[in-house]
Amino acid sequence: MNSFSLAIAVLLISSGYFFLGTRALTANRAAGARLHSLPHYYGLFAGLMAALPALALLTVLAIGDDIVFNQLALGFVPDAVKAGETYKEVIVLAQISNVVNGINFGEQPDWVYEAAEAWAGWQATSTTLKTITALALSLLGGLFAYRMLNPSFRSRNAVERILMTVLAASSAIAILTTVGIVFSVIFESLRFFALVPVSEFLFGLTWNPQFEGAERAGSGQMGLATYGSVPLFAGTLLISVVALSVSVPVGLFSAIYLSEYASPRVRAVVKPLMELLAGVPTVVYGFFAALTVAPFIRSTGMSLGLDVASESALAAGLVMGIMIIPFVSSLSDDVINAVPQALRDAAYGLGSTRSETVRQVVLPAALPGIVAAILLAVSRAVGETMIVVMAAGLAANLSLNPLDAVTTVTSQIVTILVGDQEFESAKTLSAFALALTLIVITLGLNFIALQVVKKYREQYD
Amino acid sequence: MTDPRRDMISPAVAAERVATGLAARRNREKRFQLYGRIAIGIALAFLVTLFVSIFSKGIPGFFQHYVTLEVTLDREKLDPTGDFSVQSLYDGDARGVIRAALYEATGASGRSGRKAAGKLISQGAEQRLRKAVLADPSILDTTQTMTFAVDDDVDSFLRGFIKRETPEKDRRINDKAIGYIDTLVEKGLISFKFSDYLVFGSASRNAEMAGIFGALIGSILTLAVCLVLSFPIGVATAVYLEEFAPKNRITEIIEININNLAAVPSVVFGILGLAIFIGVFGMPRSIPLIGGVVLALMTLPTIIISSRAAIRAVPPSIRDAALGVGASRVQTMLHHVVPLAMPGMLTGTIIGMAQALGETAPLLMIGMVAFIVDVPGSVTDPGTVLPVQIFMWADFAERMFILKTSAAIMVLLAFLIVMNAAAIFIRKKLERRW
Repeated sequence: MNSFSLAIAVLLISSGYFFLGTRALTANRAAGARLHSLPHYYGLFAGLMAALPALALLTVLAIGDDIVFNQLALGFVPDAVKAGETYKEVIVLAQISNVVNGINFGEQPDWVYEAAEAWAGWQATSTTLKTITALALSLLGGLFAYRMLNPSFRSRNAVERILMTVLAASSAIAILTTVGIVFSVIFESLRFFALVPVSEFLFGLTWNPQFEGAERAGSGQMGLATYGSVPLFAGTLLISVVALSVSVPVGLFSAIYLSEYASPRVRAVVKPLMELLAGVPTVVYGFFAALTVAPFIRSTGMSLGLDVASESALAAGLVMGIMIIPFVSSLSDDVINAVPQALRDAAYGLGSTRSETVRQVVLPAALPGIVAAILLAVSRAVGETMIVVMAAGLAANLSLNPLDAVTTVTSQIVTILVGDQEFESAKTLSAFALALTLIVITLGLNFIALQVVKKYREQYD
Repeated sequence: MTDPRRDMISPAVAAERVATGLAARRNREKRFQLYGRIAIGIALAFLVTLFVSIFSKGIPGFFQHYVTLEVTLDREKLDPTGDFSVQSLYDGDARGVIRAALYEATGASGRSGRKAAGKLISQGAEQRLRKAVLADPSILDTTQTMTFAVDDDVDSFLRGFIKRETPEKDRRINDKAIGYIDTLVEKGLISFKFSDYLVFGSASRNAEMAGIFGALIGSILTLAVCLVLSFPIGVATAVYLEEFAPKNRITEIIEININNLAAVPSVVFGILGLAIFIGVFGMPRSIPLIGGVVLALMTLPTIIISSRAAIRAVPPSIRDAALGVGASRVQTMLHHVVPLAMPGMLTGTIIGMAQALGETAPLLMIGMVAFIVDVPGSVTDPGTVLPVQIFMWADFAERMFILKTSAAIMVLLAFLIVMNAAAIFIRKKLERRW
């Protein structure tokens, strides 16, 4: 049986225990016994004890078996092959699993067939083992719980304890995700920094990742590949600056107008329309940038006698700016609305006009919040991927001219990691190092923004 | 003693001074308001441009040109083995049968003429013919009126993207082919209809055959996995943190963690999927299962944060009342707090799902960008999703692909609008305010 039908079987067994438990205790109550809890709690206890351990075991086995098989299969690889220059575990395992799944590309060495045969054997054993252990654990767990049931058993408390454990375990998933992200990025980054010095990565001025000659540390060959990330960060910065110079004025002024001037009716229409911009998927913006905005900017620039790259930073930045407008405007709207009305009233009382109140009272009071909103917008712009992948090109030029083509951190990560890649090469690993810096930057910006907001909040509380 | 009132100005003087600056101040006021209006105007203009540019290309993308032919379905040619097996039909000469009908209709003759005429029709026509024969073998040895899609270059010509005036060597169809197209148009055999390939077709390099069906099913499967994982886990986490978690260091770390996860760029979740699920667990690439898990991890913070807000909005008096009549804390939560907070939780979940539906970058990283013709039948079959399909099509230069990409975007936007409308409906109609 496969894992899915096993899970169904386990659930069937546990619902059987649920009915048995509930019925037994209902019968007890009918016979005049005083129950500690309502009858269905007894059933629930038996059912949960039948289901949870078995399902947990099933999950672990389903995820774990391939890892074990991989290790076992590597034992079949002859030492001569392992010592070879071109030996890659990933490739060998792919060869073996292809044979297992009946996909055959040409003749394979004998040991591949041996390993595949053994693999099929392990798979059969593992399936049998999984079936027996999961069903046995479910039946025994349920039986054990069922035997514990008697009218004085505190089944509600037991069920609630189990439920509480499940709830706490769910909230641990957030932590596990973070740990997963950190591990997946840090280990590969460390391997990258073993091949390429940190100083070159952080301060090098040329980005030219290549597969050939990338293993410089091993072969002693100075390859053509260079991993200086400065052009990528400069490109990211350039596009973000363009994006912010669109979104900050537009977003901020719309927020001011909507919160200070607009009638409730205008606000009720305009605000959802602007938020529509935030709901459009980024791939749509990328398509719009590459197909409509970039050619438009290029032809406009050409007619003005300017030399515009077909994948200019301006096009990508402009469209990214459009995307961030609702982000800036709704965050600023919140902070402007949070400025106490008393401040405005005081300014009006002194005879200020509305715009004077906004400029001299509301904005200074809301400034920390607005700064935080802009920082969050920067972090959004830096992490944005699809627009730059589709519209910003891949040329790692070190340029501050928005009409040039530049590339960004995220678009490099995507281009390097999409498709088949050699896991061991410096080029692939460089994407993880880029991701690490990206995480550090976005989380740093977020942290600063939250600190600013926190400080600001204390003023009016 | 000096007169204390010496530095003061009389009300009349004050009024005069205010009046002199008043015009300038009023102008400034007007200008400031104007800036706000302009800003909103710019934002809305961007919105309109975006939608107009997508819709103007997307609406024609829902249609394509078809040609109607009188096809003589010769049994000998179509089913050489005579046993109706798929193999036999593939061995048969469906292409020849269709071409014969096409030569008949266009009057094409000679080697070059037949070559030009043969290219007018989509490669998908043969498949259509085989399917029609399989579905109803009785049509064999009869003459049927059948409709096939034309080749994408012909479609581009008929739409006017390929100009007749362009020199022959610069366009993708030659003068002979144009002549045949004119003949077909004159005979009224060309029709411009709703494109069934777009809706029911799968990935294809041929623009006229490309469709979104596979990607749509992939999206639904991925989203289903995402929902099944993120909704229960998100709600459980929110309930735990709001109602039960002790206020200690660990809880605080979890809360900071969730806020940080909400700020992590989506592409990083793709790296997580690539390194952990594919790298460490050795799961296959391109499958909706992993896509759904990655998207679930990505949408969890959204769901948790909105669910917590919904739980916090349930007034404490409800909890007190339940506890007062003897319910346990868990019973209070299950019977009262969660049902009352459910509309808010659902709103957050739908918004999270809408985000997940539009997400592309993390799915690229886990290989859902592969060229997959088959429609995925389960969450462990290789597949792709709608946004990734759009991304892939956007790379093709053919005019027809641009139209189809825009049409696919419209489908995606329609789904997103329906989901957001559902979220607004739930918020407006079902959420209770206290």
